[in-house]
Amino acid sequence: MTGLLDMDISSVTHVIVPALATSLPTLPMAGINWHSVLFLLFAGLACGFAVGVVAADNVVRMALYLVFSLGSTAGLFFLAGAEFLGAMQLMIYVGGTLVLLVFGVMLTAQAPFVSIKPSSSDRTLAAVAGASLLALLLTAAFSVDAWMAPGVGEVPAPSATPLGMALIGVRVDTPPAGSPNGGHAGYMLPFEIVSVHLLVVLVGAAYLARAKRRRTPRAIDAVASAMPVKSAVAATAAVAVPERTAVAAPGRPTGGAKSALVGGGR
Amino acid sequence: MMSFSLAPSILLPGIPMPASLGMIPLFAANPFTEPVGVIHYLIVGAVLFTAGIACMTLKRNALGILMGIELVLNGANINFVAFSSSYLRAEGAPTLGLDGQVVALFVILLAAAEAAVALAITLNFYNNHATVDVDRADDLKG
Repeated sequence: MTGLLDMDISSVTHVIVPALATSLPTLPMAGINWHSVLFLLFAGLACGFAVGVVAADNVVRMALYLVFSLGSTAGLFFLAGAEFLGAMQLMIYVGGTLVLLVFGVMLTAQAPFVSIKPSSSDRTLAAVAGASLLALLLTAAFSVDAWMAPGVGEVPAPSATPLGMALIGVRVDTPPAGSPNGGHAGYMLPFEIVSVHLLVVLVGAAYLARAKRRRTPRAIDAVASAMPVKSAVAATAAVAVPERTAVAAPGRPTGGAKSALVGGGR
Repeated sequence: MMSFSLAPSILLPGIPMPASLGMIPLFAANPFTEPVGVIHYLIVGAVLFTAGIACMTLKRNALGILMGIELVLNGANINFVAFSSSYLRAEGAPTLGLDGQVVALFVILLAAAEAAVALAITLNFYNNHATVDVDRADDLKG
């Protein structure tokens, strides 16, 4: 993919550059590696918006910057030849997880919580600790000579089919050259574990975020107690909750957050 | 960026520099003509990881902490993808191959699950305390 891009654009520049050469003789267009240019663009966007997430105080802007940062990360995945992973990054992360986060921001965006500012001493401490951590990580990354070598630009094979086969336990890709163990591992068991994990998380998140059960009666109980008892079902309902029917309040607010704001705030 | 080139000799004075003299050749070269290597992706991953850690420690909004966790996981994912790509490695250098991409895929899935549960906990906390300020979550403090 990236090799094709490189070839197309360089062929275009070979046509254009001689025409420009008379007016701009020093323009170094021919040697430009467009893969590197796109990498610098997406890397700058990803890093800049990540720093923006830290620097912003408004939680809505933080969510927006995070969307841009993770979208640029998907561009980096495409440039590294992991096109399926880039698509999944866009669909699951940007399209799913961040939409979930934005919903969380909307549900909790009461005026005092939109921008909670940390103290300036905390800011200074975080800046110093972050700079130290970054220096440590970069020192560790630059200390391995093999990682400093520029890439050869060998275009990787499309990875969607081998990825899907690996997830069901069959490896159809050739092992990489110089692979340490030379063998392949299937990912059937992790795939199943992740599947069950997602199911448990679905149930657990729905359980945690459900509306609270109130001590005040439901509307159907109030109706059942107001009407004369005619059926056995209504009789048992009225007998089962006699003390709750006495305090029927028809106009109580519904919805978890609003009623908690009315009654349960600290 | 050139100031980082002195970092190894400042931080680790007793340890000799590697043969490539650290980061000097990378930043001396023209970034628009040189091909991209693993180290470029590692720099981006380190920046995202650091931003995420700073976000997790600095923000008082519970959702801001969640965003920091997402940034940290993405920094790790960038490293996995960089090490799995043969496009970025030298000729014949070992790569993680498809395994790195599979692990990155699992990280994306687990991040989605983690975000769902953490958001549910945050909403529950908001329902009970009417705030998302994590400094107010001190009910268990002895």
